[in-house]
Amino acid sequence: MPDVHTLVNEFLNQLKKRKIEGSQATAKQAAELLRSVISQQRLPQTHQATALISAVRAVGEKLIAANPVELAVGNIVRRVLHIIREEDLSLATAAIDGLELSAVSDDEDDVERDDYPVLSAAAVAAAARSTLRPPSLQTLLEDTPISAAIPHTSSSGGDSEGKSRSVDKSSRGRKLKHDVIEAVNELIQDISTCYEQIAEQAVEHIHQNEVILTLGSSKTVLEFLCAAKEKKRSFKVFVAEGAPRYQGHLLAKELAARGLQTTVITDSAVFAMISRVNMVIVGAHAVMANGGVIAPVGLNMVALAAQRHAVPFVVLAGSHKLCPLYPHNPEVLLNELRSPSELLDFGEFSDCMDSASGGSLHVVNPTFDYVPPKLVSLFITDTGGHNPSYMYRLIADYYSADDLVVKRRPATTS
Amino acid sequence: MGAPKKSAARVSEDHDELVRVPLQAILLADSFTTKFRPITLERPKVLLPLANVPMINYTLTWLESAGVEEVFVFCCAHAKQVINYLEKSEFNQPNFTVTTIESQNCVSAGDALRVIYERNVIQGDFVLISGDTVSNMSLTQALLEHKERKKKDSNAVMTMVIKRSKTHPAIHQSRLGTDEIFMAIDPNSKQLLYYEDKADFSKGTLHLENSLLADNPSLSLHHDKQDCYIDICSPEVLSLFTDNFDYQHLRRHFVKGLLLDDIMGYKIFVHEIRADYAARIDNFRSYDTVSKDIIHRWTYPLVPDVMNFGNTATKLERQGIYRGSDISQAQSAVVGPFSVIGSGTKIGKNTKILNSVVGIGCKIGSNVHIEGCYIWDNVTIEDGCELRHAIVCEGVIMKSGSALEPGVVLSFKVVVGQEFVVPPYSQVSLLQQPVEEDSDEELEYADSTSAITSTVDKSDGETASELLDGHFTPASELGFGGAGYVWPKCEGGHEEEWRHSVAPITEDKILEAVKAMEDELELIHDGSILPPSGELIPNPNDSDDDDNDDLRDDFDKEVEATFLRAVLENIQENHLTLEVNSLKLSYNKVAADCAGALFYAMMKYAVDLPHSSADGLVQNVHVVLTKWKKVLASYLNDTDEQIEVILKFEEICLESAKEFAPLFTKILHYMYNEDIIEEDAILSWEDEKKDADEADKVFVNQAQPLIQWLKEAPEEDDEDEE
Repeated sequence: MPDVHTLVNEFLNQLKKRKIEGSQATAKQAAELLRSVISQQRLPQTHQATALISAVRAVGEKLIAANPVELAVGNIVRRVLHIIREEDLSLATAAIDGLELSAVSDDEDDVERDDYPVLSAAAVAAAARSTLRPPSLQTLLEDTPISAAIPHTSSSGGDSEGKSRSVDKSSRGRKLKHDVIEAVNELIQDISTCYEQIAEQAVEHIHQNEVILTLGSSKTVLEFLCAAKEKKRSFKVFVAEGAPRYQGHLLAKELAARGLQTTVITDSAVFAMISRVNMVIVGAHAVMANGGVIAPVGLNMVALAAQRHAVPFVVLAGSHKLCPLYPHNPEVLLNELRSPSELLDFGEFSDCMDSASGGSLHVVNPTFDYVPPKLVSLFITDTGGHNPSYMYRLIADYYSADDLVVKRRPATTS
Repeated sequence: MGAPKKSAARVSEDHDELVRVPLQAILLADSFTTKFRPITLERPKVLLPLANVPMINYTLTWLESAGVEEVFVFCCAHAKQVINYLEKSEFNQPNFTVTTIESQNCVSAGDALRVIYERNVIQGDFVLISGDTVSNMSLTQALLEHKERKKKDSNAVMTMVIKRSKTHPAIHQSRLGTDEIFMAIDPNSKQLLYYEDKADFSKGTLHLENSLLADNPSLSLHHDKQDCYIDICSPEVLSLFTDNFDYQHLRRHFVKGLLLDDIMGYKIFVHEIRADYAARIDNFRSYDTVSKDIIHRWTYPLVPDVMNFGNTATKLERQGIYRGSDISQAQSAVVGPFSVIGSGTKIGKNTKILNSVVGIGCKIGSNVHIEGCYIWDNVTIEDGCELRHAIVCEGVIMKSGSALEPGVVLSFKVVVGQEFVVPPYSQVSLLQQPVEEDSDEELEYADSTSAITSTVDKSDGETASELLDGHFTPASELGFGGAGYVWPKCEGGHEEEWRHSVAPITEDKILEAVKAMEDELELIHDGSILPPSGELIPNPNDSDDDDNDDLRDDFDKEVEATFLRAVLENIQENHLTLEVNSLKLSYNKVAADCAGALFYAMMKYAVDLPHSSADGLVQNVHVVLTKWKKVLASYLNDTDEQIEVILKFEEICLESAKEFAPLFTKILHYMYNEDIIEEDAILSWEDEKKDADEADKVFVNQAQPLIQWLKEAPEEDDEDEE
């Protein structure tokens, strides 16, 4: 399939050369790419899910390696893998239900899930239900049907459809692919609308005459603030400019254009201003499983200042930013050092950079900060507000434990 | 399912091509110099690793990300290696094609471009770059500017990319080890008006033509700009190279040629980049500097941890340490800041690695000290070695206890014997230094400011004799168990080697340079020599007055020699004109200089001809002038040039041939009669001298009758002539 291959290569190239910026754009592109990978993957008669999973993994592995710092790519790969597993399971359970009704046993279904030893069909289904769809706190609280509680799985209508067709194997193969693509489409949809869902909650958090502080620029924050403004809330926004890329300037411009009362401050003035601030609202690059945040550089300082003055520190993050990994040495390993030219003018300093002429000027320009979970007061995702300590649970809903390490395994074939 | 999509993609591509010409680039995979010898004897320069990635990767990756769609890689030396490498690597993408063009008998960039022109592959504007350039600049802006200028003025054929970079004040070289470049740029239009990369720093002066200042209302002179050697060219550039078959070097011939030649009116513009990075690796020093810039991430995203070519991922750790995978490092070993360690390398106990690049699969023993070195792949360094500021190529083995002094270059597979200390700045190779430049290899040409032909001959002779002196002492040259030849130092390189080597410039060299500069300044202040009139000398650097006597003399001598030869061999007038013209080009002179020099030569010749009395001398002058006046006249198109001749004549009378002094007016009158000098010129000469010192006015006074006569009877004069 040269077409997919070229698409993959193109995306890899873009990732490698750091041509895509912003986790939303990256996530969306990754999801679209994986969708075409899935749609062009030829499926064998048996082990369809395994084939799909290994195909997605093969691509995913490359994508993650291309830019390990852009965690959204890994998240999406894992989400898609999870979707495949879910869809396969729901088809399998549907099939088993159907088979149980007609009292015909079929071995195929047992082998379908290679993770489990050969058991009776019913046992497989039961085991699968309990392991793959653990009763999350949310589902328990909301008491919604399982398929609805987990986003992006097929609807119950699909289940019943599957039931009726379950005997026909080839049509089931198409069904799996179809369902997975449907679900991935939903995921893409979700990524592109995550702003709106987050912004809907704005009125609950921003109150009249409050002062909000933010740093750098984030589309999510912009939409969030504007949503509150549209609901006739009047409040002030302090924007820390976010050196060295000064994206805060862009945000301030945009906010002012939309009629918000905006004040730009330098990053170093944050501590001086924080006592007047009611709430800090910032975007994130990624949210780790422990509730720690990988965020634009400078945010750790803001978080510490907020903690010192007991100002709530609120992080907005779309679900594609939720990463199932735990950070290890995040300041270094999950960071990207960008060109010093963002800080200094090469021409002006060129004479003090060579050891030859005595100078030894070094510049460190990290892109991200790691904000530990204890400094975060609240996460607002598209599903609502959450405590940092709850993030791991939320994340567990989106990912399968099997996919945490996306490494190609030799495909188990019969 | 794949089929319809594919065809859809095709269609859109075709559509694109109809709308616009794809952006093309010519990548010269050969620098046509010998600066990287001895390494380049075995491997082309573009494949040499830079922070463990071949240089050409940086260039191609940049071209691709800058939106270039089609690259023609021109290979000359070691073409096979380059082609094989490109075939193996995965640069060809659907919207990025790399095509190789091979030609074995090119000796210069000019030849290469002529070959490419013949192939007829360039359709529109193209990027001209050499395969050793590292950049992360965005081409969009520069291209846009270029296209817009082109639309307005079809003569704007080239946009050069420049970047600010301070040069060393004492030794007049940039960070990249290249000579300081002087450029005059029109600050508004960004047109390049003057380019000089071989200025004579010992004099601290620069010669600009009068016309440059006269024609341009504003002009800014820069000496802190670095030429990035990235050019955006219109297709005309290729045909220009074909038309002017003597253009070899892109800068020295092509750029200067266009700037000097105002007949065609081609213009060159500059585009200055600020935040972006661009630099060309021209010599070992720039290899060192650019490597450091890469490690310090100025070239982001072209940095080791992002450009993970192949399958080895490199990770960046604190303090700028880049580590590949599978490195085994003893606990007591120290890897200092700003180092790159390739994957699979083993580092022994108590070893220190500072500010260095270590390649893939190296074996480094215990108690080794490595500082500021570039160690390529699969190098073995045994216990107790000490390496400082050296380049160590692939497969080198350093036996225990050996050491490299700063500036050493060890070529492929050299073995350094036990306890052997390689002296500073030596170049060691398994191959012997080639006696003759063979066309297969990168050729050095016209690299000196002095006469082209004579120097090359000389250098060949000297190299040969030195080789004989050094004699082919085999293996033992590198101590016990060693293998390799220490190359004898080339001529000229001996004192200057520190300028281009990887080793940092030592304090005493800088002090020396500073001292030399001060001495010169003193000298200049003592003998306050007036600058030759007719030439203006702006000093962007320092404000001392000085003249350029040496250069001038060189040129004058050449012209004189040419003239004498013409007289002796009875060469035709137009041939002589041609020769003088070529001298004019190679010395970057104007017509006035030629006229002056020719006139000087003629007068000298006239004096040297046997003559008994003053009258005899006048007779001689008459003979000579009559014979050669056509040649002279071709340089005397306007009054300024004629004045130059008169001034020169004055100078001759005052200095070299005092015999002429009493005859000044006579000869001047004769020249006037012969139409060599026009009335206007004499009058403006007089005008110019009005405010001069009495001493300077000797000849004006002498010529007063003639001037008077000219002033009084202009009409008659005209009739006379008619």
